[in-house]
Amino acid sequence: MQFGIFSVGDVTPDPTTGRTPSEAERIESMTRIALAAEEAGLDVFATGEHHNPPFVPSSPTTHLGFIAAKTERLLLSTSTTLITTNDPVKIAEDYAMLQHLSGGRVDLMMGRGNTGPVYPWFGKDIRDGIKLAIENYHLLRTLWREPVVNWQGQFRTPLQGYTSTPAPLDGTPPFVWHGSIRSTEIAEQAAYYGDGFFHNHIFWNKEHTEQMVRLYRRRFEHYGHGSADQAIVGLGGQVFMGTTEAEAKRQFRPYFDNAPVYGHGPSLEDFSTMTPLTVGTPEQVIERTLGFADYAGDYQRQLFLIDHAGLPIDVVLEQIQILGTEVVPVLRTEFERRRPAHVPSDPPTHSSLVAAGPDAPHHLVEPARATLEAAASEGARA
Amino acid sequence: MTRTIVVVTAGLSVPSSTRLLADQLADAVAAQVGARGEAARFEHVELRELAGDLATFMTSGGMPTQRLSEVRDLVSAADGMIAVTPVFTASYSGLFKMFFDALDTDALTGMPVLIAATAGTARHSLVLDHAMRPLFAYLRAVVVPTGVFAATEDFGGSTDLTARITRAAGELAGLVVSTDHVAGFGPDAGERRTPQRSAGTSVGPVTDFADLLRGHAG
Repeated sequence: MQFGIFSVGDVTPDPTTGRTPSEAERIESMTRIALAAEEAGLDVFATGEHHNPPFVPSSPTTHLGFIAAKTERLLLSTSTTLITTNDPVKIAEDYAMLQHLSGGRVDLMMGRGNTGPVYPWFGKDIRDGIKLAIENYHLLRTLWREPVVNWQGQFRTPLQGYTSTPAPLDGTPPFVWHGSIRSTEIAEQAAYYGDGFFHNHIFWNKEHTEQMVRLYRRRFEHYGHGSADQAIVGLGGQVFMGTTEAEAKRQFRPYFDNAPVYGHGPSLEDFSTMTPLTVGTPEQVIERTLGFADYAGDYQRQLFLIDHAGLPIDVVLEQIQILGTEVVPVLRTEFERRRPAHVPSDPPTHSSLVAAGPDAPHHLVEPARATLEAAASEGARA
Repeated sequence: MTRTIVVVTAGLSVPSSTRLLADQLADAVAAQVGARGEAARFEHVELRELAGDLATFMTSGGMPTQRLSEVRDLVSAADGMIAVTPVFTASYSGLFKMFFDALDTDALTGMPVLIAATAGTARHSLVLDHAMRPLFAYLRAVVVPTGVFAATEDFGGSTDLTARITRAAGELAGLVVSTDHVAGFGPDAGERRTPQRSAGTSVGPVTDFADLLRGHAG
């Protein structure tokens, strides 16, 4: 199972000092967080993509390429890549390039953006959000899998005889996740292609997460990629740890109370009940996180949000240290203990996809098509 | 078949004249439904008790609390609604609006609604038609023609408040008891007769990916 950190990349004043880091400091902090994650034995660092203040990460592959050069083992990912407003041709090229630079340590998560105006800023219409995600992703898959692409769609200028360069490393496109909180169409999309589904349930109640993940799992099986419990699921989590629960709450409360998303709203205690937020001891974080599998099933990737709301970098690095030494080793053991043998522990990685060979379903633009056609002809015979 | 009618009230004091009016309306609706040979059951939603849940919903990116989810389910499953607000600053109260902002856009589709308001003076009476009626029209609810407005003075003396209550209750009862959706009979306009309502608390039906991809596969 993979554990990691995902960062929104917000520049937020530290509410306890009033000090706002510069953009340069924040970008540097994100790099240090990624490096610390590798050092602490975590598996993944994922960066957000935003095109509006107070966020800094507008150019994820630049940043991930820089981090790739400074790390050996860390898997680089996104949370999320805007499949709606980015040109899929540029995504295909940028992330293939990153694959080559990082030795295949790349996967990415598709998302639709955090603010309405990002659509018009990039010449798109927000009412087409789902359609853009569908058309653009299908084109992206095609560009990574067919050497010469002739294509015409609704949203982008047609392509005639186009070859995306560089081709994916070892002819093997990166694994893709689809992130969505509420849109069933996106869970359906992930299921159709046999991709991963990530539910960032840090701002949502578990009953909802359970429904979305169950929908994805059911449809993953429907499209013939395996049984529902073998579907590739990732979850978000939000933690802050201290030596005692009271100490953790004392330290985290001012950041919680002034946080950009939920600050000045529900109490820390209420929010901890409603969402997976866990502020307490490492043991409490372990217990809570293990509980995610009770409603989402045995899953493959757990990402933690730990660096938002103005938390100082030294505190964040200390949290990563605690995760790496006290929390994740126990989680690895305990999650494997409960996982049935036929359920994969890890999501597909570059090496596992290369090992599966060029005839594996991953290399098809529509792996489900064969299953559906077989089912249809079976039905016709019966 | 017992009809369920949800009574949404936004009064702030206990007791409030808003709740007082709501209770009179509920009694009148019960009588009118009974007169049509059916029974009515009333579920009361006092928005004051949901004030914290609504504030949490608004400040957490739209995440419903457990209690708010239960109320959303209750509302969308009802056969009709009585909605009563006090008039604050020339409109429905902020609390009243927060509740309807927290519902799914399809939460009240086709639902018969009786609108009512209370205020200190009769000068606010157009709130019914200038504020409440458009709100429910947006939500595609079916608002009965008679709205009931009660100024403080209406709770004493001789006014025609009781007559208005009876008329509005009769209109709501007529819609709630209406049985024109017997499956397989009557004209078919090509649309499903039963309005599709959604509380927004559960993940909806999934659209097959073949339909989503149609026209977008290049």
